[in-house]
Order: sequence, then C-alpha cells, then structure tokens
Amino acid sequence: MKPEKTEMARRFTEAIPYAKALGMTFTAIGDGVAAMQMPFDERFIGDPQTGVIHGGAVSALLDTCSGAAVISHPSNPGATATIDLRIDYMRAATPGQALRARAECYHITRSVAFVRATATDDDDENPVATASGAFTMDGK
Amino acid sequence: MARPRPEPVQVVKQRRDAALSALAHNVPFIQFLGIEFDRRGDELTAVLPFDDKLIGNPLLPAIHGGVTAAFLEVTAIIGLSWTMLWDEIESGAFDAAKLVEEGKMPRLPKTIGFTVDYLRSGLPRDAYARAVVNRSGRRYASVHVEAWQDNRDRAFAQATGHFLMPRRDG
Repeated sequence: MKPEKTEMARRFTEAIPYAKALGMTFTAIGDGVAAMQMPFDERFIGDPQTGVIHGGAVSALLDTCSGAAVISHPSNPGATATIDLRIDYMRAATPGQALRARAECYHITRSVAFVRATATDDDDENPVATASGAFTMDGK
Repeated sequence: MARPRPEPVQVVKQRRDAALSALAHNVPFIQFLGIEFDRRGDELTAVLPFDDKLIGNPLLPAIHGGVTAAFLEVTAIIGLSWTMLWDEIESGAFDAAKLVEEGKMPRLPKTIGFTVDYLRSGLPRDAYARAVVNRSGRRYASVHVEAWQDNRDRAFAQATGHFLMPRRDG
C-alpha cells in the first residue's frame, strides 16, 4: 500500500471502536477495493463445541470491509452507511486461523453504492462467506 | 380421572431459565457483545446494552452495522433453538445443568444465509430484538427478526435468515 493510503486506512479503523475491538486491520485499500483481516480470538467463538467463530463476527468484518471499499471509490462519498447486506455462509471458518476479507464496490449511482465481498481463512480457494450489499452515497 | 396438580411456579420458571441460560451463556461471542435474554413465558426478547466498543460511526455516533447484524443473528439462533427445545424443556426431558456438565448441549442451528435491512441508524443506547420462526422443518428453518430501541413500532433493523437445523439423533 502507498504510505498515504496506509495512513488513511489506519485512521479509518482507529476511528471505528467496533473495528478496533475486533482487531481488524487493512491489507489493501483504494479505487473501490478494500482488503482487511481479523485475527482469531476465543471471545469471537460462536460454537463452543468446535471453537468455530460466530457468524456475527464474520458479518462485522464483511460489513466494515465493504464500507471501506465504498469510501475508497474514486467518486468518494466521504461517509457511508449500510442499507442492506446479505451474507451467505459457505463453510465454518477453521478455528485458530485469521479471517481475510476482500470487498469490491462494483457499481455506484448518485445515491447508492453496490458492493460484493468474500471472506476466507488460510484456505483461500474455498470462501468461508460471501456478501453482497447496498450502501448509501452522499450524492454530489 | 383427576388432573395432575400443576407444578409449583418456581419449579417451572427455574427450569425454563436454566435452559435459556445454558443456551445463551455458553457462547463466547454472545458474552463478548453482552447480549442477554428477557423471558416472559415462551416469549424471548434479546437485549443489547449499549457499550462504547459497539460504535461504528463516532461522528453521529451510531452502532456498527456489524453489531446490529450480529445482534439479529444471535436473536434468531437462540430464538430458533428455544422454539426447537421448548417441548423438551416443558416435559423436563431437557436437563440443562446435566447437559452442560456432560458437554452434551444440543448443537445450535447453523446460518445458511442472513439478510439485514438497516432502516435507521442504531443510536448509542440499548437495543431490543425479537425473532419469529416462520418455518421450522427437520432440516431447514426460516426466521425473521426485528430490532428496535426506544419505540417498539420504529424498528431500526430487520433481518431474515435461513438455518440448517442440528441433527438430533441419538
């Protein structure tokens, strides 16, 4: 990442208490695409019998990453909010592994940004979850 | 034939609350978010007490969309399990303390897909949610959830999800 992008990305997560609480960090951002990761943490477990992370933690990562992709779009809206987000869970995330998300803002109108996102663990050939959503744009 | 005497109210309440507590308090992520369940008979209301760490937009400020999604999903999963286990809880077949001790609590339903609609921004205060099981089959279930804050008829988010039911053989 370019230094100014890195700085912008760092400030973005620093400013979001919940992203910080879940330990999310950026690995790439710019031109409507964002990539983030979130470490495995026992506090995020959803199934005590297997140690698999809760779907709610996966949605938080996908939602944050999608919002960042919208903000990083060239016709930058400044701020954005989720209108709707659909998440499909393909498989359980492997306990102990960090989750990575990549989101792409693939279409934008004056008022709405459309985003697709994918979450994976160490096995990046087989997604853990995918998401698609609509986000608000501050029309100019 | 005489009807059997109803059980003392404390016994019934204790059994229901123990079952609910075993379901909700065993999940680390539910504890992390601080979600509790308020029970009136078989009706559950999930309560998410506000906390600074739940903020997603500090300027407004507003609750993070990921928190709202997780709150709705937790409400749906616990509500669905509760409905699934209700008859066993009532009959006494579901012995929460014993199941927890033996590590034999029934598995929770698995989320297949979950769609959240964000209707208003989540304010920095407590949130509540209730789930309605629209269909519950042997393998699949469909659940709708609504969350609100100050006014019950002004939901700030709603969601529909499909779940894979745990196998209950043996």
